[in-house]
Amino acid sequence: MKTTELAIIGAGPAGICAALEAASYGVEVTLIDRGDMPGGQLVKQTHKFFGWHEKSAGTRGVVIARDLAERAYRDPNVQFMGSTEALGYYRDDGTLLLETPYGIEGLKPKRLLVAAGASEKMLLFPGNDLPGVYGAGAVQTLMNVHGVRPGQSVLMIGSGNIGLIVSYQLAQAGVHVEALVEALPQIGGYAVHASKIRRLGIPILTKHSIKEAYGERCVEGAIIWEIDDRWQGIPGSEKDLKVDVICLATGLSPLCEFLWQAGAEMTYIPALGGFVPVYDENMQTTLTGVYVAGDVASIEEASTAMAEGHLAGVAIAHSLGKISDVDFEAKRKGYVKELEQLRAGPTSKKIVEGLAALRDETGKRVSV
Amino acid sequence: MKNDFLSTGIPSLEQIEAIVPSKVRREKGPFVVIECFQEIPCDPCYHSCRFGAICEFATINDIPKVDWDKCTGCGICVAACPGLAIFVVDETFSDTECLVALPYEFLPLPEKGEKVSLLSRSGAELATGEVHRVVPGRKPAGTTVVWVRAPKELSMEVRNIRLTRRGGANRE
Repeated sequence: MKTTELAIIGAGPAGICAALEAASYGVEVTLIDRGDMPGGQLVKQTHKFFGWHEKSAGTRGVVIARDLAERAYRDPNVQFMGSTEALGYYRDDGTLLLETPYGIEGLKPKRLLVAAGASEKMLLFPGNDLPGVYGAGAVQTLMNVHGVRPGQSVLMIGSGNIGLIVSYQLAQAGVHVEALVEALPQIGGYAVHASKIRRLGIPILTKHSIKEAYGERCVEGAIIWEIDDRWQGIPGSEKDLKVDVICLATGLSPLCEFLWQAGAEMTYIPALGGFVPVYDENMQTTLTGVYVAGDVASIEEASTAMAEGHLAGVAIAHSLGKISDVDFEAKRKGYVKELEQLRAGPTSKKIVEGLAALRDETGKRVSV
Repeated sequence: MKNDFLSTGIPSLEQIEAIVPSKVRREKGPFVVIECFQEIPCDPCYHSCRFGAICEFATINDIPKVDWDKCTGCGICVAACPGLAIFVVDETFSDTECLVALPYEFLPLPEKGEKVSLLSRSGAELATGEVHRVVPGRKPAGTTVVWVRAPKELSMEVRNIRLTRRGGANRE
């Protein structure tokens, strides 16, 4: 069976940054992704990123993806395995089972990093199985990766950064956005993203939700209504919107099935996105040698995922004896400080609370 | 008022008044209008200004502050802002007209001299204006800055444009 020092599941921003970090200390990395190219969700992010000027703030996600993928490709210590799905991890003998284009393969890594990202949350409403109901990620993939318009007129559901950004990108693609509805009384994403779509004339209706989608064979329209403080629809407040696309941007869940299967301890922390693995300050789960980074660890921004990837990467290199204690401490402190600063603003308040709850959990659990 | 902003995405009059310079400064020449009212981790505007007119950040989540003596209204920061939240207003352009510089990420780009619809912060049509200058974004994927001539009394209202030429509208 093939072996590697570090196997990384997921070549998104967290996975690639961890690969580059670990590889820089001589760790032999196998970077695995079910897509045929590295980049993860960055490949469809056509907006400019926030963050530090020195760390690619102001650069579009697609450009960051290209840069990261190129660096991984040129790195002699990083081997990219595309079109490959990780099926399971068997701790008893340390085998990672992969489905490659050439069949089922086993791989024995000395360390494993799960950077699998997140999946989109579905919303329950009559008609949600009609063609024309999309997740926001699918809309972005169609438009920004394949150049395909998802439809003519869109109802966006959810005002987090994804809902706001995808509405903007739809408008850029020449698609009409009829309205954006948000169940909460306040917009969930960054105010600047909201202002951007308001200037285009896209209404944002807070305390509104979808009642139902209708259509014969595909979406022909949607009924939206106002909701009260107990999340109940208010009869009489219905509005009929003639749209052919209903785009769901109602949040993400950490894609952590793989960690459940592997036997890592999990805990439920809504502020972090739901079920998340219990992990320590070096991003190590309760399974010794198994690490996490990015959205699978907590649903946050790509800039945070990248910093977490670097942190996990250097911790893994240290655990393999590739970096001295002193150098590791210095590097680690730098990334921890970066993460603290990224989470210092009021928009990260919930995340910080969620992470504090996670630390409590970590203290209670026993590593194996 | 602040709560309103977070449910509408449109800043209040008070918020806008707090970020514009004195009348005396406004009469001197172009000035930057940074409509960034929420602490988010972001600092490219500070680094983009070659005149040091955007004060140094203590933390990455700071809201930018402007030194009005140093701001020349050049518009470099308009293209640099990832949130597209920065504008430049020049109320000295003529007796009746002002110039507004705004970030524009739609195709086709407007052309100099072209008549366009001037839009408010909620996308409502305010008047017709004329494109004064188009500054293409830095390669590979920078933001274009469009300077438009607008009625002077709309200097603090105009924040977007819509092309009116056939097949050129950015919505519908």
